[in-house]
Amino acid sequence: MKTRSAKPLRCLRLLSLVLPALVSAFGPAEATPQQKNTNEELLVVPGDAGHSGGRLVVSLRGEPKTLNPLIAADARSREVIGVMQADLVHINRATQLTEPALAKSWKISADGLEYTLVLRKGLRFSDGQALDADDVVFTFRVYLDESVHAPQRDLLIVGGKPIVVRKVDAQTVVFQLAKTYGVGERLFDGLAILPRHLLEKPYQEGKLGQIGTLATAAPQWAGMGPFRLKEYVAGQRLVLERNPYYWKTDAKGNRLPYLDELVFLFVPNADAQVLKFQSGETDVISQVSAENFSVLSRQQKSYAMTDAGPGLEYNFLFFNLNDAGEKTSPEMQRRQKWFREVKFRQAVSAAVDREAIVRLVYQGRGGGIWGLVAPGNRRWGDENLAHPARSLERARALLKEAGFSWSNGADGESVLQDADGKAVEFSILTSSSNAERAKMAALIQDDLKQIGMRVQVVSLEFRSLLDRVTQTKEYDACVMGIASFDADPNSDINVWLSSGGTHLWNPSQEHPGTPWEAEIDRLIGEQMSARTFEQRKKLYDRAQEILAEYQPMIFLASPDILVGAKNSVGNFHPAVLEPYVLWNVEQLYLKSSPENGAR
Amino acid sequence: MRLRRSVAKWLVVLGVLHGIVVCAGFFAPYDPAEQDRKSPYLPPMRVHVVDEEGHFHARPFVYAFRLRQGTFDQYEEDAARSYPLRFFVRGARYRLLGILPSRLHLFGAEDLRIYLLGTDAYGRDQLSRLVFGGQVSLLAGLLGAGITLSLGLCIGAVAGYYGGWRDDVLMRVAELFLALPWLYLLFAVRAFLPLTVRPLAAFFLIVAVIGEVGWARPARLVRAVVLSAKERDFVRAARGFGAKDVYLLRWHILPETGSVLLTQAAILVPQYVLAEMTLSFLGLGVPEPVPSWGNLLSSLQQYSVLVSYWWMYLPTLAMVPFFLGYLGLASSLQERGPAYKIERRSLGSLT
Repeated sequence: MKTRSAKPLRCLRLLSLVLPALVSAFGPAEATPQQKNTNEELLVVPGDAGHSGGRLVVSLRGEPKTLNPLIAADARSREVIGVMQADLVHINRATQLTEPALAKSWKISADGLEYTLVLRKGLRFSDGQALDADDVVFTFRVYLDESVHAPQRDLLIVGGKPIVVRKVDAQTVVFQLAKTYGVGERLFDGLAILPRHLLEKPYQEGKLGQIGTLATAAPQWAGMGPFRLKEYVAGQRLVLERNPYYWKTDAKGNRLPYLDELVFLFVPNADAQVLKFQSGETDVISQVSAENFSVLSRQQKSYAMTDAGPGLEYNFLFFNLNDAGEKTSPEMQRRQKWFREVKFRQAVSAAVDREAIVRLVYQGRGGGIWGLVAPGNRRWGDENLAHPARSLERARALLKEAGFSWSNGADGESVLQDADGKAVEFSILTSSSNAERAKMAALIQDDLKQIGMRVQVVSLEFRSLLDRVTQTKEYDACVMGIASFDADPNSDINVWLSSGGTHLWNPSQEHPGTPWEAEIDRLIGEQMSARTFEQRKKLYDRAQEILAEYQPMIFLASPDILVGAKNSVGNFHPAVLEPYVLWNVEQLYLKSSPENGAR
Repeated sequence: MRLRRSVAKWLVVLGVLHGIVVCAGFFAPYDPAEQDRKSPYLPPMRVHVVDEEGHFHARPFVYAFRLRQGTFDQYEEDAARSYPLRFFVRGARYRLLGILPSRLHLFGAEDLRIYLLGTDAYGRDQLSRLVFGGQVSLLAGLLGAGITLSLGLCIGAVAGYYGGWRDDVLMRVAELFLALPWLYLLFAVRAFLPLTVRPLAAFFLIVAVIGEVGWARPARLVRAVVLSAKERDFVRAARGFGAKDVYLLRWHILPETGSVLLTQAAILVPQYVLAEMTLSFLGLGVPEPVPSWGNLLSSLQQYSVLVSYWWMYLPTLAMVPFFLGYLGLASSLQERGPAYKIERRSLGSLT
């Protein structure tokens, strides 16, 4: 008994010794930014007021490549950068509308060519250095510099000309566009404002690409996001700590974020993420597959799983419509003759059982789609787009009209053949790392067998699949999926435009190959400079209808966004836009409970 | 005499098992590729003889499964109506032994699809897939072993009989093959193959690859037998009477290798079945929807399947009697055969 009671006592005594020391060491340093300065114009965010402290652990599917937004191309890097950087105007992931961020207000001139943004006062980077209009001008100069090769550059070319950025005073910046831009202020979302005091020198030396590696020491890197770099352990984790200079407060005036630390664990695959979450090693999980979602839902105790509703991912089947000219083998030419036949594609679309895909692949947690705008995109869906049910009769009628016929195969099954009497046989590529799309392909294979098409499913590693589709163009058909990053269809502009790199069925064309592709190009170009939402929506609806008629992409299904969090995580409001659970990371907090006290 | 009987016993066991697989169309109630999209992951149906009220029925029956409202894969038995098992029913078309068209199946039921081993993600009958999958996997094992043994016999005989530099070269090559990392070689070969291969072509390619990689071990064994046999008195006598090399090998030496080859065959077949399964499990074998035992197990790579649907493991159990049969046969043959030392390899060494 004696020894037992002695332990806590000793601990207490130790604490009483250490605590004052701790307070004196960190207290004053924390106090300066923590106190609300009257010169600061902080953004007050609505929502439950939480309390400070604690760490949130999140799993990341592999290591991010960089912390530098200028070179980040992979999703993992972007996820981490998202919590370390901030933009001028931000799209609220829940409302899908823009709201002020680093810029407290903005004005668009009457002709729509001039955007005037006013910055908050008293903004500071995570290293304590002040941010002003010079940083903004510097940032956009870097983004637009061709020698930097920033992925953001394309977004800042409007009407063929780069946006001109001009400083008016320390708080005001003017952006001049060559042409009206329908997207409006959404264009600023995701464009991180860079610290000029750290990057000016490397920029002039042309070394920007080498900045912001994971091994960068914390003081050499700064951002405007809620968290800043603390520690990186190669192959294991990335630890971020709270940015004491962050520019948001809660309704009670407490400076956000609540969490002291945000930890990203590097986990190799989705199943491992599920296991980590299940065992309580991570606090939140996102991008859960429907199967894993039901496994987790069945066993939930200390956590809750949430179906956040339809997301922005759309999956589709497309045929190889590239025109490689004389290089094409006669075999390929014969197949492309079928693929180019609009009625053939329409027949395939009619034969696909989308309802079965939703049920068997997504366990009902998703929806069938018939157009490029995913159901999660609430404002942009085309209400007039037909949603024809599966009909094998219609598929057969269409094929018959296109000159196809059926013969009896060796085992009594009917075999579709073209006008020359050749059996219709082709292969569908899928990515071997995506079990869901492989399943879709297997279902389509069976669907098409019923109208006499002999289909083989080939699963390839994703990179070699992409290489075949966009580079060598040696494939018949492919099942793929794209997740839009914004609820504005312009985020998929490269899918729409015939010159786009993700115009998958025939990418990067110099001139649109067909009249209907030319028409889509025209509509998309027109909406770019349309001023009102209604005008843009009308143009997009027309483009969607053309796509639905010609079926270059046979749209299949869109999954719901499935996420989960421990019951102890407060302010957890998953969104259907990326980052699904961390979009309001500054507001997340850990509810006090005995369980959390132990951590 | 006693030993011969034990060999016969194992042969009967294997004969029955292979008979079932060869006549897969008859024993499987449905087409293995047919999807029943209303019943994904349906658990195995129980065969009843006693109904809800406790009455005994001479004819076994099953109850239908109904999906529980609002779920995707939770089923419950619906005792409202019983479906008696019918034997020798007409059903899906198939070809017996690959030739005779037929529609006769061992069992089935009216108005209900019976899933004695449950269904997979697409609602395909696991029992039918298991039986048909055996055709692919076992044939791959048998053909692969055949290729390996013929190669091993030829190379071993040449090396052992002629000796000298031929022996040196062949045995060094054999050592090289023994040192090869099998699985990676198979991966590499599969990667070189064209993108789209028909199921049949893919099957023969796999068999050829598996068969040609493993010749070194039987070749060494055959060589050892040949080396000792060629010094036997009756061989010397025959040579003294002017017998030529080919004659000696054919009539006096190679017959001595018979029992070694048989034992090797019994060991190699299950090993090659396992090799085919490994490849199919990793998605390099015969493409879907053609079933093979490896394909059947490949869904177990997903965590959700692993923890949710226990009947997806059942195909692993089906292999046990086959492997037991082959290994039992191998040990019986070994007991019977002459005292040549047979190298044993554990089954697992391949993977």
